[in-house]
Amino acid sequence: MPIQRRAFVAALGTAAVASTAGCSSLGGDDSGAGVAGETLTLTTTTSTYDTGLLDEIHADFEDMYGVSVDAVAQGTGAALESARNGDADVVMVHARGLEDEFLRNGYGVNRRDLMFNDFVIVGPESDPAGIQGMSSATEALTTIADAGASFVSRGDNSGTHTKELNLWDAAGIDPGGDWYQETGSGMGEALNIATQQGAYTLSDRGTFISQRSEIDLTVLVQGPIEGGPEILANPYGVMAVNPGVHDGVNYDLAMAYIGWITSPGVQESISEYRVDGEQLFFPRAVSEDPDFQQYVPEGWSGDSNDE
Amino acid sequence: MSVSLAAIPQLAPALLDLPFRDGYVWSVIYVSLYVSVTAVALSTLVSVPVAVAIGFADFPGKGFVKSVVNTGMGFPSVVVGLVVLFAVSNQGPLGSLNLVFTREAMIMSQFVLATPPITAITLAAVDGVDRGVRDAARALGGTRIDAALVVLKEARYGIATAVLAGFGRAVSEVGSVLIVGGNITGADGVSKTRTLTTAIQLEARQGQYETAMILGAVLVALVLTVNAVVVHFGDGGVNA
Repeated sequence: MPIQRRAFVAALGTAAVASTAGCSSLGGDDSGAGVAGETLTLTTTTSTYDTGLLDEIHADFEDMYGVSVDAVAQGTGAALESARNGDADVVMVHARGLEDEFLRNGYGVNRRDLMFNDFVIVGPESDPAGIQGMSSATEALTTIADAGASFVSRGDNSGTHTKELNLWDAAGIDPGGDWYQETGSGMGEALNIATQQGAYTLSDRGTFISQRSEIDLTVLVQGPIEGGPEILANPYGVMAVNPGVHDGVNYDLAMAYIGWITSPGVQESISEYRVDGEQLFFPRAVSEDPDFQQYVPEGWSGDSNDE
Repeated sequence: MSVSLAAIPQLAPALLDLPFRDGYVWSVIYVSLYVSVTAVALSTLVSVPVAVAIGFADFPGKGFVKSVVNTGMGFPSVVVGLVVLFAVSNQGPLGSLNLVFTREAMIMSQFVLATPPITAITLAAVDGVDRGVRDAARALGGTRIDAALVVLKEARYGIATAVLAGFGRAVSEVGSVLIVGGNITGADGVSKTRTLTTAIQLEARQGQYETAMILGAVLVALVLTVNAVVVHFGDGGVNA
């Protein structure tokens, strides 16, 4: 379990972030007022929203700061685009590659690792391509492609779609043909379409669990949470929109939010959130070993100012 | 709200099955009505005078203006949503007003969507009033305003139809309100910018087809009710 009892240093650091962010007068802001009564706009991926997690935890934040949170579920690509346009104050997504691009371009600041779950390859019980129990995701996809078995792709520039494309890439396959269908829809719809067509698809575990009763699919290749390959990990990050790029964003409140959601108490709430008795998200913000890399694009080097 | 509560008994079993917190469904209905009624009311205030002005005036290119208005009736709503999003986005010309993901932005897009049908149908109704009525009003010493009022009175059933058409377009529209509104509920489960149509879209996305069907039935009932009310008043006016 990522939460350690002795995560003392990290907790101190988090509290410092939260207290600085909560006190806007320290930020050199000319308003000088607190954040009460204001609204935080959070754009996020459908998976955090559709699983009910945000509804579960946001009331606490709203009570604590006397603010309201407008959570807009858009999918990772659209969530970042809204943030890029300055229409969001804080963004919570799961595609490190796209987050890095966002950071590199100066739109995002103060990225924090938030939580993770994993992806699973799901399909019909009959498993026409025979991938059940494979320990390699790329091998499973190669087998599906070789068998020409139906595969449903989100095709919507979401975090899951991005991961799927990375997996095909890793398998050395350029998917296409009658067996490969891009639906351009959310995870829930993709699961429904896969059910209807007896197809395989890649799903985040959270959405799959929260919708399991509605669909007729089974997990055939597990992700790292159940001992599957690390390539199927699904880490979520949270970032504030850079107030230097967009005047209109509520940076103080965004930082209060980031401080709050990465705090030990809320991280505990995230780990306690259950659907159907199963844990959907595993907290990652509180750790004994601070990871500088989480704040910056991967591969960033302090020596180079212009990376 | 209390009037519509009387209609619950038939729906109650289904509504109670909804996996929703208290007040959710009502708040969604409220937002749907608030946005659509406001948009249609504003649209009517603009459309009717414009339609009367066009109907009364004789100018070159009048036919062209009419065809432009008629074309607007079929304008794709998602395109309207995109254009309004660009306008109200932090980057856009109205960015400083912070309207993105608000009901006001939704009202703007529905206003744009409802105005062409209301204008076009009102125009047809005004054109349909016998020219003799207008001439008679002028002949009896009325001003142009008096003549316009007489024509409006004659055309009121057609205008009621126009308003209904606009309302139907606004309340049943999903693309633009989803884009500019963001489909938001608060952490307390009360809708901020979630309408019946976007709620249905969300439920369908999550595979909750039964819930989506129930919300769909609520939406249809709402449209039928509003139509019945307006037709009732429209008829009453004509026969009074």
